[in-house]
Amino acid sequence: MKELSLHVLDIAQNSVKAGATRLDILLEQAGNRLTIMIRDDGCGMSPAFAAAAADPFTTTRTTRKVGMGLPLFRLAAEQTGGTMTIESRRADPADGRHGTCVTATFFTDHVDCAPLGDIASTIVTLLQGNPELALTYVYRSEAGETRLSTEEMKTLLGADVPLNAPEVLEWVRAYVSEPPGADSGG
Amino acid sequence: MKSLQELAEIRERMKGKVALREGENAIRIVVGMATCGIAAGARPVLNTLVEEVQKQGLSDKATVTQTGCIGICRLEPVVEVFESGKEKVTYVKMTSEKAKRVVTEHIKGGTPVYEYTIGEK
Repeated sequence: MKELSLHVLDIAQNSVKAGATRLDILLEQAGNRLTIMIRDDGCGMSPAFAAAAADPFTTTRTTRKVGMGLPLFRLAAEQTGGTMTIESRRADPADGRHGTCVTATFFTDHVDCAPLGDIASTIVTLLQGNPELALTYVYRSEAGETRLSTEEMKTLLGADVPLNAPEVLEWVRAYVSEPPGADSGG
Repeated sequence: MKSLQELAEIRERMKGKVALREGENAIRIVVGMATCGIAAGARPVLNTLVEEVQKQGLSDKATVTQTGCIGICRLEPVVEVFESGKEKVTYVKMTSEKAKRVVTEHIKGGTPVYEYTIGEK
């Protein structure tokens, strides 16, 4: 993957496939360290599967026996001196909570760190394919914060305008592309 | 500067238009968006297809959707076009430029761009 934003899209597609209704994508740049967290309320993984998920020979796909998403994401993080961790739980009979959280850290001043790239395209692509998803996207840096919540968007758009209407996707692209800290103006 | 308020304006503008869009979409354009597709460049292909379908006024005729791994990873990005009553057309090794041509000639014009399909070498 040439961009970290492509990994974000790829890992988020796992969430969608796991039946997630809620997806949080959090990016935080602090000094030379970028943390990317992708958290969902999907079906979750068993402890054994989660432990093995970063191995290419572990996969749920049926078209072939390898799955490269998490292994590539881990490699992208580790080659900068960073790490990737997976926390996951299948539905807990006690409280019913389930889901997966993948967190990776990158040292962005490392020569092998891929650029974040076109994160706006990743968010637009996710909404295009999954207009019902409750998606929260946050990008935080010293300069400020960009925050997008599809639940907030839905309140303003009403029930008749789907989140993947072309006009809405165009707005999302422009909104997410703005540098953080720009006053959202309401 | 973009503000959330603009969404309320979009809502106003789109009143009455939305129902129209939900008519029979005879053509389904499907883009493989698994790891293999994404790594090969499916994201810009998908976004170009969505934009071109809108730009060329084909929204009531065609919808663009995403799917997982189609099974021919070495030929990604793969785009499949399903049209009722016609045989499926599979485009391989797609790019944004090729996607534009597919929308113009196939979706709008009705003739598949055979040189981009899986059968052609």
